[in-house]
Amino acid sequence: MTNEFIKQKLTDKFGEQITNWEEPYGMLTFTVPAAQNLKVMQHLYDEEMLRFRFLTDLTAVHFPDRKGEELSVVYHLHNLVDNARIRMKIFVPIETPDVFTASQLFSAANWMERETYDFFGVNFVGHPNLIRILNVDEMDYFPMRKEYPMEDPTRIDKDDEMFGR
Amino acid sequence: MGRPVQYNTKIKIVKMPDGYTGEGFFATSFDKVVGLARANSLWPLPFATSCCGIEFMATMGSHYDLGRFGAERMGFTPRQCDMLLVAGTIAKKMAPILRQVYLQMAEPRWVIAIGACASTGGIFDSYPVLQGIDQVIPVDVYVPGCPPRPEGIIDGILKLQDLVHNESLRRRGSEQYKGLLESYNIQ
Repeated sequence: MTNEFIKQKLTDKFGEQITNWEEPYGMLTFTVPAAQNLKVMQHLYDEEMLRFRFLTDLTAVHFPDRKGEELSVVYHLHNLVDNARIRMKIFVPIETPDVFTASQLFSAANWMERETYDFFGVNFVGHPNLIRILNVDEMDYFPMRKEYPMEDPTRIDKDDEMFGR
Repeated sequence: MGRPVQYNTKIKIVKMPDGYTGEGFFATSFDKVVGLARANSLWPLPFATSCCGIEFMATMGSHYDLGRFGAERMGFTPRQCDMLLVAGTIAKKMAPILRQVYLQMAEPRWVIAIGACASTGGIFDSYPVLQGIDQVIPVDVYVPGCPPRPEGIIDGILKLQDLVHNESLRRRGSEQYKGLLESYNIQ
């Protein structure tokens, strides 16, 4: 199974909706409209020639400079039969980070989406239990968004002068 | 006649407390005896979360052998133990659990923070990490190091034995101690 074959298969089905075809380090990468993420994944899952039935990873990236599409959700899918991997991206605005949940298609998406919500605040529409998974429940922000400093803001004994920052 | 081979000739015995001694009796003050007994039979409760825990395992092992100082048996229940050894990074999500463990220990209880992470948060100056366990429970001895060597941990325990040995029997009932616990919202 070659990248060209997967690209051809997807273009036949979805046409111009899939954009930004790339192959960094040989791994086929493309962007899908946010509303189409489930349709594309379902097609990748069901199509007899594609069979991408394993969700390796699901995470998000924050791009503060991309106005209107600040948050990117990245899916890594794996075809275990042909040992082929692809990377699928969607972009959503940070004000309304609504993404359809993949947890009905892949059970593994359940916790990964909770983690992505926990750190980036992506709202997975239809998720059965979208609550924080790793951070404390009292946390009132999404720490991996780039507007927040890495250091613990509650710390009082470390000032910038002392550490040359 | 002595035995032909003498093993363990370098045994150190704890010094007898001051007091009056005579034929068939020995009189001294109660808190000296209690301090002596407590200091030399501390029951450790290890709360090991990362690499300092490995150093602590070496401390308990045969080479460094913490048992020499009367802390032979680790109790893996807080209800039996006197000495809580927090070894490793404590995440903020772990903090309520650590606090619960501390609350379940019976008085008198002592706490040692082993390593930079337990003492101050260490290199993890970051949002999920508790910046020192003294934010949630009172700490008696801090052991520096990242991680400290077993000698360091033993030194910390000897320091704690000093504290235990010289602790007044009335300390746990004092206003000062109650104030300390209240500052942590305990009781």
